[in-house]
Amino acid sequence: MGLEIGLGHYLTVAAILFTLGVFGIFINRKNIIVILMSVELILLAVNLNFVAFSAHLNDLQGQVFALMILTVAAAEAAIGLAILVIFYRNRGSIAVEDVNMMKG
Amino acid sequence: MIIQAIVFLPLIGALVAGLLGRSIGHRPSEFITTGLLLIAAVLSWYVFIPVAFGDGLVGAAGDGHAAVVKVEVMRWIQVGDMDLRWILRVDTLTAVMLVVVNTVSALVHLYSIGYMNEDPHRSRFFAYLSLFTFAMLMLVTADNFLQMFFGWEGVGLASYLLIGFWYTKPSATAAAMKAFIVNRVGDFGFALGIFGAFLVLGHIDFDGAFHAADEFATTGLPVIQFLNWQLDAMTVVCLLLFMGAMGKSAQFLLHTWLPDAMEGPTPVSALIHAATMVTAGVFMVARLSPLFETSPFALTVVIVIGAITAFFAATVGLVQNDIKRVIAYSTCSQLGYMFVALGVGAYSAGVFHLFTHAFFKALLFLGAGAVIHAMHHEQDMRNMGGLRKKIPITYAMMMIGTLALTGVGIPGTNFGFAGFFSKDAIIESAYAYGGNVGSLAFWLLVIAALFTSFYSWRLVHLTFHGSPRDAQHAGEGPHPDPAHAALESHDEPISDHGHDDHGHHGSAYDNAHEAPNVMLVPLYVLALGAVLAGVVFYGMFFHDVEHIEHFFAGSLYIDHEIIEGAHHVPLWVKWSASIAMIIGFVAAWYMYIRRPDMPGRLAATNPGLYKFLLNKWYFDELYNTIFVRPALWIGNAVWKGFDDWLVDGKITEGLGRRVQNVTSWVVKLQSGYLYHYAFAMLIGIAALLTWAITAGGLI
Amino acid sequence: MTLPLFFFYVFATITVASAFMVISARNPVHAVLFLILAFVNAAGLFMLAGAEFLALLLIVVYVGAVAVLFLFVVMMLDVDFAEMKSGLLAYAPVGMVVGAILFLELLLVAGSFVVAPDVVGAGGLPIDATMDNTRALGQVLYTRYIFLFQGAAAVLLVAMIGAIVLTLRHRPGIKRQSTAAQLGRKPSETVRNVKVQSGQGL
Repeated sequence: MGLEIGLGHYLTVAAILFTLGVFGIFINRKNIIVILMSVELILLAVNLNFVAFSAHLNDLQGQVFALMILTVAAAEAAIGLAILVIFYRNRGSIAVEDVNMMKG
Repeated sequence: MIIQAIVFLPLIGALVAGLLGRSIGHRPSEFITTGLLLIAAVLSWYVFIPVAFGDGLVGAAGDGHAAVVKVEVMRWIQVGDMDLRWILRVDTLTAVMLVVVNTVSALVHLYSIGYMNEDPHRSRFFAYLSLFTFAMLMLVTADNFLQMFFGWEGVGLASYLLIGFWYTKPSATAAAMKAFIVNRVGDFGFALGIFGAFLVLGHIDFDGAFHAADEFATTGLPVIQFLNWQLDAMTVVCLLLFMGAMGKSAQFLLHTWLPDAMEGPTPVSALIHAATMVTAGVFMVARLSPLFETSPFALTVVIVIGAITAFFAATVGLVQNDIKRVIAYSTCSQLGYMFVALGVGAYSAGVFHLFTHAFFKALLFLGAGAVIHAMHHEQDMRNMGGLRKKIPITYAMMMIGTLALTGVGIPGTNFGFAGFFSKDAIIESAYAYGGNVGSLAFWLLVIAALFTSFYSWRLVHLTFHGSPRDAQHAGEGPHPDPAHAALESHDEPISDHGHDDHGHHGSAYDNAHEAPNVMLVPLYVLALGAVLAGVVFYGMFFHDVEHIEHFFAGSLYIDHEIIEGAHHVPLWVKWSASIAMIIGFVAAWYMYIRRPDMPGRLAATNPGLYKFLLNKWYFDELYNTIFVRPALWIGNAVWKGFDDWLVDGKITEGLGRRVQNVTSWVVKLQSGYLYHYAFAMLIGIAALLTWAITAGGLI
Repeated sequence: MTLPLFFFYVFATITVASAFMVISARNPVHAVLFLILAFVNAAGLFMLAGAEFLALLLIVVYVGAVAVLFLFVVMMLDVDFAEMKSGLLAYAPVGMVVGAILFLELLLVAGSFVVAPDVVGAGGLPIDATMDNTRALGQVLYTRYIFLFQGAAAVLLVAMIGAIVLTLRHRPGIKRQSTAAQLGRKPSETVRNVKVQSGQGL
């Protein structure tokens, strides 16, 4: 590892973040709030990659893309939490374990 | 415009009565269809009279005269080289047919107003009648094979619908199906003949085909290779076409449907199964006479089949008891006469007989209808008798029809009923044709003439003369046909009884009444035709060659030799038909008036022959054994073995069950839990990434 | 070790550690707080990469809005989180396998990537060193990416309306003010003259 901050540094951090997000979904399968947070982590990892590439390639496009992802992530969080709230309001809990009406 | 009107007015009537019949009611439907048909009939005569007595057809534009008038309705089919137009072709032959079809049809419409008076589905009946007329007109105005086939199938359909008009009667629906299926056999040949004609001649329109056939005279006849046979192409084509004619015109081997078709209402029998549709085969052969002339063998077949039919049907007619069946076999027999005429080359004589036969046979059928009407749907002649006094007008009309059918007239003069001229013309032509075939045909026709006379007079005697023999009068006089009683069990059930019971009391005889005027007027008109059609038109159809050529103006082939020969036959030949007719009459008179016990004794002494004839030479039984049962057996086997077991059981349902098995397993993947779906996505991402990296060559 | 590299390691370590805490915390409130921490440090990483605007946006939007929204929901809903922890590790092996595969492959990419020569500068938006990051982004967002920008705005609008529609409810029996109904009132609908017989009352 050199003394300068290279692209590899960022990519490694993003890879760790991404994997943590995926792993979080697996181990927190019953807690939908943590699942949503894990999704946020995954998106953060992607954003980190975009910004890193943007810096590395000296191109602003990556940052524009990251901006759009931020937008979508914010919207997704808002909608997800709204659904969670009405779900809780209707059933009195957020236990996804009990919800399998779509079972084939 | 007149020609379009003639052809399409019946269609308009059919559509109005068929589609709007329920809303406008029966009476208006009857009036509309009948009125349109009357207009069409008048217009047909308007077209025909200049042909017969003037200079020829009035051209389409209304000026000048032409041998043939063609009216293009539309461009029909364009495929490759074939540019098929829907053309109404009117020449002399068509004009004759137009007159026959529209006149008889109009009269039958009129008659049906009275005859079908009590039927609750009259507007449907009239729609079918008009539809039939339209299809028949399409057939006779055809300018190419395909148009003719359209009309051909159209009349087949209308015939099916009308035979099965009383569809609640199982026998009627069975007869309708029989007619349709037997006709399919003929139509199969006809269709193949059309394909063959197109293949061999390269044209599907008549003019082109005839022209191509003419050229064979110089280029030699084409040959078809089939397997290892070398076949004369024109013979094959003509025989296939004639197969269609055999089906439609109920010729020997394909005749079985015609007697059964009598299940339909009597006006239908008169229109379709006597005057018009069954003559379509005759018309077709006449129309295609230039083609048939190229194949002597096919013509020989036509003669032989025609002669056998004439003879065979006459023999069966001798012993039938259903009044309509007697006339049906008579029709069959007369069609045989026409084919003999066509076969020997006297096409004009065949068409002449077609023309006259239409009048007197329709008259006979409608008269029989009047009798049936009078007897409250009694059709068995054994239960009639003595009706002369009850229904004198009908009696007179039937007498005229019988005289015309048996061909009463004085040979060598111009006195005679319609059948006299046309039938004698055919018999003389057959003699003039000569050779083994000609002699065979001549003798068969003469014997058939004898039989015709016998069964016609037998019909008259049993129906009108003698004493009443219905249920209440039975026993008053000697039963004229005791053998029938003995053999009752072998008799076909006589149908058409009481599709509407009148609820009269007393015997049918006592209640017998003359038909209303609406039914009698058509009889008068047809009787006029039956008396005069021969005298008036003899010159155009048969008298001398120049006249015939002038009259037909090239619309059919004219064989000078035959016609000249027919006029110079020995005197005994000229007299043979009349003598046969007289013998038949005397025999009938002797057996049914003078010695009414004779038929019974004859039948008792020759039970084999009697049963053979009564059961129509066992053709139905034969076909049942040869075709129907094996077909049913094969159908059953294919149904159970192939369709039920293999297609339904293994393929369709089997595949369905496999799909169900697989899906019932797959469906378990749908656990309904949110996180399972999330897991699936993530695993998918891992798999995709692995794939991408592998494809990129990193691993 | 240079100062930026030092800060990179600090931020990266804290980000990864707090991310780990997010997914493993027993108390979801703690998880949210660790999420905020991860975002803040990720913002630091952005800053090091030169994306100042995005870094601050991450703090404002994520820390200020989204994470707080999470916190809000977690605290508002009376959820028995302890119960949710039961059977937690049933799918951990699968997660381990999938996560390990992903991680190893991503590391493989991170360690051995090559930038294709024709990719550099192919985007056509070279970062102008003389212009600050926010200005540069603004100049392309409002010109070249105007439709994308509007689209993002529409997404946010729809998300906002959707969230409101989903969570809004009309409880029966709650009085609300309807200005239009108040203004539209007529005397005939509301006032009734009654003749009262003396001594009888209504």
